[in-house]
Amino acid sequence: MTSIAKAAGLAVAGSVLSAAPALAQSIDDKVNQIFANSTGWFVSFIFSPFPGTSFPWIVMWLVVAATVFSIYFGFVQFRTFGHAIKLVKGDYSDPNDAGEVSHFQALATALSGTVGLGNIAGVAVAVGIGGPGATFWMILAGLLGMASKFTECTLGVKYRNEFSDGHVSGGPMYYMTKGFAERGLPGGKILAVMFSIFCILGSLGGGNMFQANQAHAQITNVVGDYPGWITGVVFAGIVFAVIVGGLKSIAKVTEKIVPFMGVLYVLTAVVILLLNANMIGWAFGQIFAGAFTGLGVAGGMVGALIQGFKRAAFSNEAGVGSAAIAHSAVRTKEPITEGFVSLLEPFIDTVVICTMTALVIIITGQLMVDPETGLYMVTEGGSIQTVDGNSGVALTSAAFSASFGWFKYILALAVILFAFSTMISWSYYGLKAWTYLFGEGETKELIFKVIFCLFVIIGAAASLGPVIDFSDAAIFAMAVVNIFALYFLMPVVKGELHSYLDRLKSGKIKKYT
Amino acid sequence: MASTIVVGYDGSDSAQRAVDFAVRIAKAQGKSLVIAHVLEWSPYSFLTPDEIEERHKRRAEELNRAETALLNPLVSSLAGSGVEITTALKYGHIAETLVKVARDVEASHVVIGRTGHSMLESRLFGSVAGTLAQAAPAPVTIVP
Repeated sequence: MTSIAKAAGLAVAGSVLSAAPALAQSIDDKVNQIFANSTGWFVSFIFSPFPGTSFPWIVMWLVVAATVFSIYFGFVQFRTFGHAIKLVKGDYSDPNDAGEVSHFQALATALSGTVGLGNIAGVAVAVGIGGPGATFWMILAGLLGMASKFTECTLGVKYRNEFSDGHVSGGPMYYMTKGFAERGLPGGKILAVMFSIFCILGSLGGGNMFQANQAHAQITNVVGDYPGWITGVVFAGIVFAVIVGGLKSIAKVTEKIVPFMGVLYVLTAVVILLLNANMIGWAFGQIFAGAFTGLGVAGGMVGALIQGFKRAAFSNEAGVGSAAIAHSAVRTKEPITEGFVSLLEPFIDTVVICTMTALVIIITGQLMVDPETGLYMVTEGGSIQTVDGNSGVALTSAAFSASFGWFKYILALAVILFAFSTMISWSYYGLKAWTYLFGEGETKELIFKVIFCLFVIIGAAASLGPVIDFSDAAIFAMAVVNIFALYFLMPVVKGELHSYLDRLKSGKIKKYT
Repeated sequence: MASTIVVGYDGSDSAQRAVDFAVRIAKAQGKSLVIAHVLEWSPYSFLTPDEIEERHKRRAEELNRAETALLNPLVSSLAGSGVEITTALKYGHIAETLVKVARDVEASHVVIGRTGHSMLESRLFGSVAGTLAQAAPAPVTIVP
């Protein structure tokens, strides 16, 4: 099929109009090839495993950083968890500041950027390959990741730029330049430029093409196959209306439906768990046993660990730096309060939502166990055999549908909406990196927004594997640069933390309700 | 002894009648008047990243507009009434915020205009007047 298309592509090189589909095919191939040749080294470098293992170093980089921040800040994620919830409830908000962005609104917006395919498809992949034990490591990575979010979001607010007209721009590129300069460290500007480039690439790839691609896959699952460019054009049109046309109503509707979908997803999972309440103990038994023995999965305990860590990192983006951009626009006198609020994000995303997905898959018996040995049956490909041979979104869909047949339609709708809200969020992250590099200005911003919309169409229409690999790698490259900077700036956060907690204890920080 | 009347004002005709009524009583009883305008706002609504970024700017614009287009013209039109008038400009749930203003100034009387919503609307969403009648710390007069 492809060779025919390729031959056709060559034959019609002179007459473009006569064989558009074949030409499109050959363009896809060309783009694939150029990308694979020029960026392959970068992708393999980012995702390369430690020698002699299958453990990607980038995952280790994220987990080690999360552990370092957890220890350095004395497990801030547990100490201030209650305070974070009070902040979100508005207990510490000055009524005279009503009308400004509340902590709740900042958290909800940041969450709608991270809750998405990672929670639905990513978890299914983790459990499908690493077994129930992967859940344990995923939860652990989520709990540790809370400290990374706390660190980056505090810095994001502290070093943001406030413009004279009252709007603000913040994120890793600003704390890299301003924070490094303040501490007398060299190289901040270089890090910031590198981060911005990776952020733009990541926003066009993982935050855009990948989402459009998966949304199209979900739609075709429900309504049958049709060309991807149609989905692409429709999606691009809506994204264009929102980010260029300033059509707030669409974005507002999404921002309302996405949290609703998230809550509905968790509630449905809870109902399924309650219906199988007698098996919850068994499921946790499987999770703990699997975490340390693997229960027969490929790679054993280490296999479960890799899958759990990897999917947690993919899902909650802790350490990537994107959340620092999202949270930095909040109006607060205390940057650290935004750090406290942001640490709830990996908790909700990974510890709650991802765990729900995993439990439903385990409890509904999607993973096949060998009745004689009690171990999981592994296919030749290295993943666990599932009842219908499903994996990814389809596995999650099958697990939920086992109890409620109609849920697959809701899930499809949820995936599409999550994909859309992730795109809107990443268009913002990409734009902030773009304006950091090229400066603020309507025309400059418009150029980026138009490019962003074009990539929606490309993402939905083509199966550009290498392009998507590269953009995923770019998102993780953001984490390399970002965490490097966080190590140098974490004493700043520690100073803020001690100062705030002291004032909280002495009653200088007032509670209003 | 409390000697302040709080009147809610949103620029509507009935709100104007409420203000006129409140001014008459204030004058007769020798009380001062607080004219309160509340901008509807919930800290639990959902915003896009762009809206979050621009919120501070928008808030300043909204406050400025309410001040110059609503409150200032009203206050200057009442300049000759001989009643001491102050204003309160707040964000929040309208009825709850009016209750809070009344409590803060230890109001002896709260006056509001009637919105004239249909029965159905009021049943579904509740009315400011209804909530205020139940929750206000002082007698409430609803001016038709």
